[in-house]
Amino acid sequence: MTETLAPQVAADLDSNGLLQAYRIMRRIRGFEDRVHEEFATGEIPGFVHLYAGEEASAAGVIMHLDARDSIASTHRGHGHCIARGVDVKTMMAEIYGRRTGVCHGKGGSMHIADLSKGMLGANGIVGGGPPLICGTALAAKVQGTGGVGVAFFGDGASNQGTTLEAMNLASVWDLPAIFVAENNGYAETTSSSWSVAADNIADRAAGFGMPGVIVDGFDFFAVHEAAGEAIARARAGGGPTLIEVKLTRYYGHFEGDQQTYRGDEVARARESLDCLRRFRARVTGSGQLTESQLDEVDREVATLVDEAVAEARAAPKPTEADLLTDVYVSY
Amino acid sequence: MTRTISYREAINEALAQEMERDPNVVVMGEDNAGGASVGSPGEADAWGGVLGVTKGLYGRFPGRVLDTPISESAFIGAAIGAATRGLRPVAELMFIDFMGVCFDQIFNQAAKFRYMFGGNAVTPVVIRTMYGAGLRAAAQHSQCLYPIFTHIPGLKVVTPSSPYDAKGLLISAIRDDDPVIFCEHKALYDLTGDVPAESYAIPFGEANVVREGSDVTIVAIGRMVGVAQQAAAELAGSGIQAEIIDPRTTSPLDEDSILESVESTGRLVVVDEATPRCNLATDISALVARKAFGALQAPIEMVTAPHTPVPFSDSLEDLYVPDAQRIVNTVKAVAEWKRDG
Amino acid sequence: MAEDRIQRVTMPKWGLSMTAGTITEWIVAEGDEIAKGDDLVEIDTEKIAGALESTWDGVLRRIVAAAGSSVPVGATIAVVADPEVSDEDVEAAVAEAREQLAAGVAEAEEVGAEVGTVQVDGRSIAYATMGEGAGEGAGAGADAIVLVHGYGGDKNSWLFVQEPLSHQHAVHALDLPGHGESSKDVGAGSLEEMARVVLGFLDARGIERAHLVGHSLGGAVVAAAAAAAPHRVRSLTLVAPAGFGSAVDAEYLRGFAAATSRRELKPLLGRLFADESLVTRQLVDDLLRYKRIDGVDAALRRLVDTLLDGDRQRIDTAAVLGGVPCPTVVVWGREDRILPPTAVDATTAADLRLVDGAGHMVHLERPGEVRQAVQDAVAAGSP
Repeated sequence: MTETLAPQVAADLDSNGLLQAYRIMRRIRGFEDRVHEEFATGEIPGFVHLYAGEEASAAGVIMHLDARDSIASTHRGHGHCIARGVDVKTMMAEIYGRRTGVCHGKGGSMHIADLSKGMLGANGIVGGGPPLICGTALAAKVQGTGGVGVAFFGDGASNQGTTLEAMNLASVWDLPAIFVAENNGYAETTSSSWSVAADNIADRAAGFGMPGVIVDGFDFFAVHEAAGEAIARARAGGGPTLIEVKLTRYYGHFEGDQQTYRGDEVARARESLDCLRRFRARVTGSGQLTESQLDEVDREVATLVDEAVAEARAAPKPTEADLLTDVYVSY
Repeated sequence: MTRTISYREAINEALAQEMERDPNVVVMGEDNAGGASVGSPGEADAWGGVLGVTKGLYGRFPGRVLDTPISESAFIGAAIGAATRGLRPVAELMFIDFMGVCFDQIFNQAAKFRYMFGGNAVTPVVIRTMYGAGLRAAAQHSQCLYPIFTHIPGLKVVTPSSPYDAKGLLISAIRDDDPVIFCEHKALYDLTGDVPAESYAIPFGEANVVREGSDVTIVAIGRMVGVAQQAAAELAGSGIQAEIIDPRTTSPLDEDSILESVESTGRLVVVDEATPRCNLATDISALVARKAFGALQAPIEMVTAPHTPVPFSDSLEDLYVPDAQRIVNTVKAVAEWKRDG
Repeated sequence: MAEDRIQRVTMPKWGLSMTAGTITEWIVAEGDEIAKGDDLVEIDTEKIAGALESTWDGVLRRIVAAAGSSVPVGATIAVVADPEVSDEDVEAAVAEAREQLAAGVAEAEEVGAEVGTVQVDGRSIAYATMGEGAGEGAGAGADAIVLVHGYGGDKNSWLFVQEPLSHQHAVHALDLPGHGESSKDVGAGSLEEMARVVLGFLDARGIERAHLVGHSLGGAVVAAAAAAAPHRVRSLTLVAPAGFGSAVDAEYLRGFAAATSRRELKPLLGRLFADESLVTRQLVDDLLRYKRIDGVDAALRRLVDTLLDGDRQRIDTAAVLGGVPCPTVVVWGREDRILPPTAVDATTAADLRLVDGAGHMVHLERPGEVRQAVQDAVAAGSP
């Protein structure tokens, strides 16, 4: 049931779609690179877990989703948020702990969420997302919207009981749920080749009664195609799918991680596998987009991120009056 | 029309009436129907829950009573996720003792969404669960763990003591937009009482003064309310008039009613079947000690289970659960307490 | 015959759910002469405490049930007779009564109420009927009395009035829409709509003509019913009726609708009585239970709208009465703080009785006066 898809040109994306795909990935990369820099100054509180390098996964999957759908993410959630359309400036403000943040400074990087955009949040609990997505998928099924739920989780969470239970439940209840295991090779310092007993995370799919697919996470088009199939199947009532996306995170587990447990795979990845470079090469090579169109997006993103940081730093922090609010709808 | 029905029937009726009124209410849990609906060859609605509370709903509301595999973290989490997307799930955590296998979804996800997301989340999920000792179900099926849920900001916790309260509080719980842990004492299912046939909602944070009295205030939780009433009848024979307060909900807690009562009686005994460290008795004792210190004429006392797991043998379990005699003895001591011996 | 001159004082049925009462204190002693209307004994039930009034003249010969005893409804608690009746005959009656008490037999069948519902214009209307004709299908025609409660009340508020009146008449007490056990939908909540319900009730019970009695809002409703169908109404007894003058405790009406807790409700209820100690925990609890039922909140708010224009009364019952030909008796507690009896006088109500020591709930505080008013209205209205 597991197969590795060869990368293909996405037939269903026109030049606008391709530009949008690039924009999403470039925004994520720009955002994460900048947070990496700013975090080093000490101004950002708490922990951040950066998604740089993994952009093709978020973009490739989420571009298929619409207002009927929900996603849940991990502690490494900025990429999924940006791909889902959560406002970049309010995201930055949230990471800086400001009142203007998307969670009014009450959640921070690990709990960034925007339910109005069907984004159930980054999650501080490994494996917290998959059960929630069973729920959003159940709601879509009961309400008959045709919507799907997508649970992003890492190789670490792939071993968590909640994830395994959620996959079984999704099959037993025949839910429109897609489980996307982003295997970046490490759960903190622990390599997934050791911690996952099977050869591939996707090999477990058969054990849970659903199809399993492995895709190259550096290839937007491969992710996009596999996700498209799975999502279409789910919308049509065909049940859940497990997609294992193999990729590499460019930064540490969290900012501040010296990464002495790693080899030189990041340098190699940046050099020859990078998803943005590959995307650019393909779409310009096929003539679908021009370099200058893509450069324009690069500039756009740089400006957006600059503004986001400047505005975040200037924004007020929540006050004592905010401490006690929004625990309940009413008490 | 008011008629006499059981605690179990009252809960079933609340579920049925709310499912009738609101198509978004769905019920899920292990064996909530239990039968042919999930592959077993016999009767479709064979159990209706392990103690029959959800019997009959499966046939009345097709597609809205879902059996689950034994995967609490998945289906409790699913109930929570579905609640954020417009459903009003009533999920059953069969025994409160099983909270260990799904607690994260409850206390780190549901309870915290609204706050962490800056007010932009509404999670109207109800988790029904059985608690309490007395059925010889032993250590892992008899605990009173509502104090742990009460401790968590973002959750509401309900402990009905009568059929009337059970129906009205469950209706309120389902209509409530926050996550609610609805705790049903398993030894109360056969208790009968007067219950209106119509739908009605009892507000949270509103204690019930079950009995008026001027000598001692007894605050009792859940099944202990009935036991306290037995004790009060005996105490009346000795000339001690006890006032009994049933908080009905431990979160929110009706502090005002408790304080008002102690201001008037000057003496407090809290009866809580939960084990004594960090339970509702200690919580309420501290509240009264802090806020009604001047009114107290005697030290506050508690009647609770001991700091042990629940024993199996009936000879031990009967010692474990607070009974009317222990309450009588404690209240008498408090009523008679004088500063200089 | 001696038997005829022995009257048994029995435990009354104060309220549909009452099955027994506790004798708190005998006010009269054995050997005392008593007259009709005298208070005989203090009785406590779960819901209320009250004094049982004598319905005969005579001598209290023997007390059968002592203070402190709990006695089923209908059981004999004392024997009254003229002095001429021999001790032997009295003792025989007492012995029989004591046997029955010991056996736990209640003569409840004699004091039974027929409880049910009828459909009126798509609404379910609950009622309780006592007295001649009770349980025999249609009411006793022209003799029937129909009791209509007020805002926030129900048929049980007539508990001291219905049973005694039922000795001579069929007496029906109904729950208005939005109240008691009737449908909670009041529609527009107008007086006309409520009046139609009362007339519809008469139709449903096969009552051609009735004597109508209404308290507070119920008073305005029965007046409106009489104006709408004068040929159906023999007489009106208005008990502290709404719609005389503009003064009203608007805060009470609104507060009652809004209250959701014991703390909010109890002080408001105190305003209903001259003797605030009548507001028992049970009363407050019963009202909270009623108010929690789905639809009651909306119903009460609609009715407040019908009754109030700002802080004044919106309706005008005095004007309505102008078009009502039947005899009307108005009885009112002097200490009524909800609807003060200041706007009514001999010009607006020919037969007006002001009762000392009673507040708005005069039928609970001084039921004898209200019963008398009804009996007088019935007498005046009977052919």
